[in-house]
Amino acid sequence: MIGIIGYGSYLPRYRIKVESIAKEWGSDPESIKRGLKLFEKTVPGLDEDTITIAVQASKYAVKRAGINPEEIGAVYIGSESHPYAVKPSGTVLIEALGIGNDVHVASYEFACKAGTEAMFVAYCLVKANEVKYALAIGADTSQGAPGDALEYSASAGGAAFIMGKENVVAEILFTNSFTSDTPDFWRREHEFYPRHAGRFTGEPAYFKHVVNAGKLLLEKSAMKPEDFDYAVFHMPNGKFPQMAAKKLGFTKEQIETGWIVPWMGNTYSGSSPTGLSAVLDVAKPGDKIFMVSFGSGAGSDGFVFKVTDKIVDVQDKAPKLRDMLDNNKIYLDYGEYAKFREKIILNE
Amino acid sequence: MITPKYVREIPQRYRLEAAKCKNCSYISFPPRLVCPKCKSRSFDTIRLSDEGKILTFTIIRVSSDIFSHQTPYGVAVIETSEGAKLMAMIADTKIEDIAIGKKVKLIFRKIRDEGVSGIHCYGYKAVVI
Ligand SMILES: [Zn+2]
Repeated sequence: MIGIIGYGSYLPRYRIKVESIAKEWGSDPESIKRGLKLFEKTVPGLDEDTITIAVQASKYAVKRAGINPEEIGAVYIGSESHPYAVKPSGTVLIEALGIGNDVHVASYEFACKAGTEAMFVAYCLVKANEVKYALAIGADTSQGAPGDALEYSASAGGAAFIMGKENVVAEILFTNSFTSDTPDFWRREHEFYPRHAGRFTGEPAYFKHVVNAGKLLLEKSAMKPEDFDYAVFHMPNGKFPQMAAKKLGFTKEQIETGWIVPWMGNTYSGSSPTGLSAVLDVAKPGDKIFMVSFGSGAGSDGFVFKVTDKIVDVQDKAPKLRDMLDNNKIYLDYGEYAKFREKIILNE
Repeated sequence: MITPKYVREIPQRYRLEAAKCKNCSYISFPPRLVCPKCKSRSFDTIRLSDEGKILTFTIIRVSSDIFSHQTPYGVAVIETSEGAKLMAMIADTKIEDIAIGKKVKLIFRKIRDEGVSGIHCYGYKAVVI
């Protein structure tokens, strides 16, 4: 049996409400809350970035897995906000966790699906018997340009998964991917904020890839939507995953547990991975989970998980996603938020 | 440029590696060559837990330039559950919640940047729980 042996997620404590952003740009918060189903989002502290988020999520994953970190043979961090343009994020992480030097490390990039890309490769390395354990992380501290629609959603957080063969808590039954050249969202080298193609990001990008990957995954697994207890989709806003679920034949109840975006925002590479960790926090042995990520550019990765008896032994060993989402919040106003996100130019 | 010194200190700054005296069990953080208690020179390398409490603290309102947009912030002397003492910036905590005796967790954070084009320097901070 191959799959997840430990998982962990992390969200910063800081939040900003949709109202605080809308007020600054003369937008109507009610229409954003209704239209995009977004209420508030996480904001990283000035001392947080993709690396620190990945480290914290991974520490929780190691705790749940109960393994010696030195036995981890591969570390892949997927993000679109790696702190360095050139220098892998994972090099810092292996030192912080005490993984040692006998390890493969790489940064992954594929807009919002870099995390699931890392999960796929980690899973395959274990399956191929190349490494005993492989650690995959999706984490981001994404930015939207001031006044842009993305500013309401771009948030910070991440999740980490350790793949292995013993004491599996969620077996990976099937995986797939659906990819095409679709320029819906991009950021050129040296540009600070990403750009997107407005409405083009919906139908020809998100829905085309999520729905096609989802359909192919159902075909490949010979399973039907009603065979699953939970479904998790990439969450660029609250509405898109609900619509994708409906198109594929999943119910609101099936996506409810992993649908954390209204209060978290879009954590990009951490989006569907944090949704999955919220599901694993409460899943019961035997539950089946359907997951499809999405990354602009564009592509979707699909996974079918089957939760094992071991899940109940690990759920309480580290903080749960919903607890981090609902408690210990520190709200920022727009001025503090602009400072935290370094949107204002300071003297050197 | 602080890179060489930064790299030497990674085991302590990233994962709280300390030296435990093989003779009298005194814990030195950062590690020392000679035990300050019994003068022994043999140690085991241990990793401090992430739990501790505030022994004393101060609030920085006027900082050096690199921390100027983080003021006001706390800096505390922390005693870890093993009895090691270390100094750390306080993160994610309102300054009115910082007090002597409060329990803290040591977390991994970015401490500073070497200017706009230099490296990011990471290390431990303490958050009041
Ligand atoms: Zn001694």
